[in-house]
Amino acid sequence: MKYLHLVWSALFRRKTRTVFTLLSVMAAFLLFGLLNSVRAAFANAGQSVAGASRLITISKVSFMVSLPKSLEMRIQALPGVAAVSYANWFGGIYQDPKNFFANEAVAPNFFDVYSELKLSAAELRAFAATRTGAVVGASLAQKFHWKIGDQIPLQATIFPQKGGGNTWTFNLVGIYHVANPSEKGRENAMFFHWKYFDEATQFGGGNVGWYIEKIAQPKAADRIAQAIDAISANSDHETKTQSEDAFQASFVSQFADIGLIVGSIMGAVFFTLVLLTGNTMAQAVRERIPELAILKTIGFSNRSVLALVLAESALLLVLGGAAGLGLAELAVSVIRARLGAIPMLPVGLGSWLQGLALMVLIGLLVGALPARRGMTLRIVDALAGR
Amino acid sequence: MSPLVEIRNLSKIYTRGRQKIEVLHHVDLDIPQGDFLALMGPSGSGKTTLLNLIGGLDSPTEGTLAVAGKRIDRLGQSELARWRASNVGFVFQFYNLLPMLSAARNVELPLLLTKLAAARRRSHAAVALELVGLPDRAAHKPGELSGGQQQRVAIARAIVSDPTLLVCDEPTGDLDRQSAVEVLTLLQRLNREHGKTIVMVTHDPKAAEYATHTLHLDKGTLVEAAAMTEAAAS
Amino acid sequence: MWRKIGYVLSLIVAAVVPVIVLVLLPAWGILAAVALLIAWLALTRTGRQAWSATALAITTIPQRIGSSCVVVIGIAGVVGVLVALLAMAEGFRATLQQTGSDDTAIALRAGSQTEINSVLDHGSVVVLSQEPQVKRDAQNRPIASPEIVVAAAIPKKASGITANVEIRGVGEQAWELYPRLRIIAGRRFRPGLRELIVGKGAAREFAHTGIGSSLDLNGQPWTVVGEFDSGDSHNSELWADTAAVATTYQRGNSVSSVTVRLESARSFDAFKATIASDPRLKVEVQTTRKYFNAQSEGLAKIIRVLGTAVAVIMGIGALFGALNTMYAAVATRAREIATLRAIGFRGAPVVVSVLIETLLLAVGGGVIGAAIAWLLFDNYTASTLGANFSQVVFEFRVTPALLATGLKWALAIGFLGGLFPAVRAARMPVTEGLREL
Repeated sequence: MKYLHLVWSALFRRKTRTVFTLLSVMAAFLLFGLLNSVRAAFANAGQSVAGASRLITISKVSFMVSLPKSLEMRIQALPGVAAVSYANWFGGIYQDPKNFFANEAVAPNFFDVYSELKLSAAELRAFAATRTGAVVGASLAQKFHWKIGDQIPLQATIFPQKGGGNTWTFNLVGIYHVANPSEKGRENAMFFHWKYFDEATQFGGGNVGWYIEKIAQPKAADRIAQAIDAISANSDHETKTQSEDAFQASFVSQFADIGLIVGSIMGAVFFTLVLLTGNTMAQAVRERIPELAILKTIGFSNRSVLALVLAESALLLVLGGAAGLGLAELAVSVIRARLGAIPMLPVGLGSWLQGLALMVLIGLLVGALPARRGMTLRIVDALAGR
Repeated sequence: MSPLVEIRNLSKIYTRGRQKIEVLHHVDLDIPQGDFLALMGPSGSGKTTLLNLIGGLDSPTEGTLAVAGKRIDRLGQSELARWRASNVGFVFQFYNLLPMLSAARNVELPLLLTKLAAARRRSHAAVALELVGLPDRAAHKPGELSGGQQQRVAIARAIVSDPTLLVCDEPTGDLDRQSAVEVLTLLQRLNREHGKTIVMVTHDPKAAEYATHTLHLDKGTLVEAAAMTEAAAS
Repeated sequence: MWRKIGYVLSLIVAAVVPVIVLVLLPAWGILAAVALLIAWLALTRTGRQAWSATALAITTIPQRIGSSCVVVIGIAGVVGVLVALLAMAEGFRATLQQTGSDDTAIALRAGSQTEINSVLDHGSVVVLSQEPQVKRDAQNRPIASPEIVVAAAIPKKASGITANVEIRGVGEQAWELYPRLRIIAGRRFRPGLRELIVGKGAAREFAHTGIGSSLDLNGQPWTVVGEFDSGDSHNSELWADTAAVATTYQRGNSVSSVTVRLESARSFDAFKATIASDPRLKVEVQTTRKYFNAQSEGLAKIIRVLGTAVAVIMGIGALFGALNTMYAAVATRAREIATLRAIGFRGAPVVVSVLIETLLLAVGGGVIGAAIAWLLFDNYTASTLGANFSQVVFEFRVTPALLATGLKWALAIGFLGGLFPAVRAARMPVTEGLREL
């Protein structure tokens, strides 16, 4: 610690150069923070704590194919299944196709199974009592300035009403919240009664999109999933049951190999960064050779000189990198607040630790050659300006 | 009492490409405790090389060199560094202060290698700055000081860890007359009042007058054994 | 005080205006500007001074090779990433855009955005095919294909993870309707049989799609009998006979959509009007070009925006790297520059020489970055989730326009990175520079 001011003053010996380098490092780690937040959002899709205790059952053919409602009672009867809920994708459009959000017809016990979607007791009662009632997430309500009591018309894209009408009107009776700030994205959905949907839709007939099973013992998940699929084995509606995580992960992985794209960009960014800061450090050490020689004259050992230079380059990376990651944290929270449903997680502890490790690593890497040069300099030559 | 610095048969050969240059040729020299020795000679005579060897910046090719009874001619680099830290103070022609550090921080530098606590380091540095007459310049950066002031800061740095030996390479070579006198008087005072043993390389006879002895080097050999200065004679 | 503000403002204008011009300039404009610059260098007195100063600077680059490389590689990184990401957007857009044409139209149930959400009953299919604007073949049959689109989950070759592939049932007239489609291996499926032909892209991405292999669709075994290449997004699909698909998926005689060939592109408006005035039909028609275009819009735009954002941030990083390098270059050459000024070179040639040096390094970086992007990513195959909840396979396209965009970025970064150090070089007092060691 007593050497800190020495390292610090060496770093800011040439202010302009150091500031420019810091800005470069900052840009690199800003990008790291942003991209990592996207990558994490895809990698962690649906990894909420509750997820481990929920299973999703979809048609083996495709999740677009619906399942008979009659399965509900048979799944419920299986040992280990605490509750069965179900939902159906509606795919309605509010005003313009660009206003996309998820809207689903759900079972009466949906909010018991998804207990992390918080509604007040009064709102839950109102939802249960209103046939055309709907519940939306707080972020979504904010986006469209909806309040309880509003009528929300949705244009059906898949399910016209009996008689061919395409407009479904719902009464907003509740606004749910998600406590975990990293899951605020889940507040961008709308839910209404499956019963109303099934009665009013043209091609209804007692089918649901998928089942959600709440299980008492997450450890028994595999066994229960097999038991559920066994019910419809060899029927014309075979099912596939998996954990909520696995279901969402397989869904998002269909968009793109985000890991590969992010990885390639990061590779390019950090390769460039290493060269850039490496050059700065080389320059910095080159012009400071006489000063390093003085330190050695005074009695600083080779190892201390090596450590001083390495500390300097690590400090350069950590200062710039921390500023960049801080900026990324700020940017992500602003973007998430503005856009709501976007696959970005807040820059969490994980990103910070990863980032810090990268900073120190790159710092040591780019400092290594100049530091060696400082360490091996011959005092007599350096003082004579050779 | 044995001399502080004991040099026997000391030679230094540099290799430049295929060429071998013998800079010092079998030098024998004793420097007693409390001496202020001026080393003179034309450029290329080997005086800086001899100084560097005495200060432990370089190792001889041949011969023995002991300071305060400790042989330093065969020490490794890191042992030499440790030895320098506690035994030698250096003053150079171009001051060689670290430009980004304040005068006080520059003076404190050698103390970073000791186990002293921060407060003690600072008070030691302040004492040293006071000794060289610059207590009011502690917060100034070298760029804000005159050449003479910078050299006095460098001297403060050289003495702050209370070394046995002070090694000065052309300490007035870059200074005007007035500043040079100040610096030389300071060195003389350190020698007389504080008993510091000083070895100073100079090519300025006027500077050499402040020393108690002057030796001449030419082509790697001492040409005059011990020329008495006026001060010694009186 | 005011002079200083004026100086800073004029410097900002000098920095920003050329960059804006550069961005707006088409490729020929840049070439013209380069030609103009060369003419100035060759023909005017100041220009010749600038050229000799530049030549001097260039001969000293090898002494500063390390830091010069920083400019080159930094800019190569920016341009490489930018071009690769834009090539992804371009490839996706091009694939979907080629799929449609102006003289074929697709009818979906009113309100449906995509085929997978659409249902048309048999009556509507018959009425639509019989409209007068629909072209007829030699046997006087309307060229119309009632199609069923369903998604089937099949494991991907690379990851083994199941992903949705689009199964498209097509009518007998499909071969007339999609003239670009060629069977590249095996044969066509036979009507009424559970036979599939697989698109080139789907065959590459999905397992169990080789000719002769059997696929399980909704519990029934299907056989792959051929592979086709349509040169567009249908390459991501598996095709079969509509009637056979309807049987397997229990669709009765309803379908997802009808695609028809019109007499000509001009008959579309009439076709649309006829349908709108027919009370029996609750459908929406659009040209297939418009339909497939709309599907590429969102994703291509997202990729373009993201790519540009990433490149801007990287560009800022590279810009500061370039500034560092060029300030250092000016500092190491201070003596040389001061000597030039002392023997009578004026400010402008010095500014220009530093700028040209930086621009040359930047162009070098831009070319390297663009070349790497082209080598690695041109025709690189990727897939993503399309509008029908199925994989759309597409190829990255590194087009000349994208390469030009990359070079423009390189020039812009080089210009900004060179301008400020150049001005410092020109304003450096001669005496100070001469003293510099």
